[in-house]
Amino acid sequence: MKSSVITFPGSNCDRDMDVALTKFGFKNKMVWHNDQELPKSDLIVLPGGFSYGDYLRCGSMASKSKIMHSVINFAKSGGLVMGICNGFQILVESGLVPGVLLRNKYLQFICKNVHVKVDNKENTFFKNLDKKILEFHIAHNEGNYFCTNDQLKEIEDNNQIAIYYCDQNGNTDDQINPNGSIKNIAGIFNKEKNVLGMMPHPERMIDESLSGEDGSIFFKNLINNIK
Amino acid sequence: MKVSAVITLKKDVLDPQGKVIHETLDGMGFNSVNEVRQGKYFEIDVKENDPKKAKDLVEDMCKKLLANLVIENYKIIETQ
Repeated sequence: MKSSVITFPGSNCDRDMDVALTKFGFKNKMVWHNDQELPKSDLIVLPGGFSYGDYLRCGSMASKSKIMHSVINFAKSGGLVMGICNGFQILVESGLVPGVLLRNKYLQFICKNVHVKVDNKENTFFKNLDKKILEFHIAHNEGNYFCTNDQLKEIEDNNQIAIYYCDQNGNTDDQINPNGSIKNIAGIFNKEKNVLGMMPHPERMIDESLSGEDGSIFFKNLINNIK
Repeated sequence: MKVSAVITLKKDVLDPQGKVIHETLDGMGFNSVNEVRQGKYFEIDVKENDPKKAKDLVEDMCKKLLANLVIENYKIIETQ
């Protein structure tokens, strides 16, 4: 299985993502934002970081970069695209997934482990996952998911909410919402479910000696689903 | 020709920075403030001398990059 990770100026989780994808069997290539063509890929990843120093709005500049034309075409023809953290912000700014990511409600950069509930397994990203609650890491200043009431209705009607912030038992109360996201939304799909944007970093949870292994479960399952 | 644009958050969008600025102003003794909303201001010098065309150009920039219309409104405030 082939994957590509796009590096934008200011990306800083691109190499972690490369390590994670390679560890679980992907043949990964790094792609520079100024390139025009994507290598043949089964999965494109937009990594975390601070592309263009978060100027204007997080992800707004990167969403207009050259390679994004190819990424958008790839996604529109059904290709799998995953955006993590800043990658999620780039996806919303490019219009591939609905909504926006606002500054965290309490104005603090949040860096901690969180639990997320996987709500929808009828998609390539989470199909056959044998856990419903995963522990991932978040590190962001703008992760407060927001959309209009009309968009929210559409998202819910189409089952586009991928993951919710929850406690270890799966409760999605307001108190465990780290950043003020509407409905505790931590990740969202496009209508067709081939594009996933999420704030948590699965690539940071792929080794026992780091902070956990739920990322390993996610990536092992993902490559099996793509095969 | 210079064109200025102001981008503001829509009414229903939470503006925590504006809220903190309001509270700080309150703490400084400016007690007559009802609300503070923070926005962005752009001054764009375009290679265009026709005011209408210059304004339309900046409006297009607002729609495509400068503002995110899910959460923000834009207003072209002056041309000179």
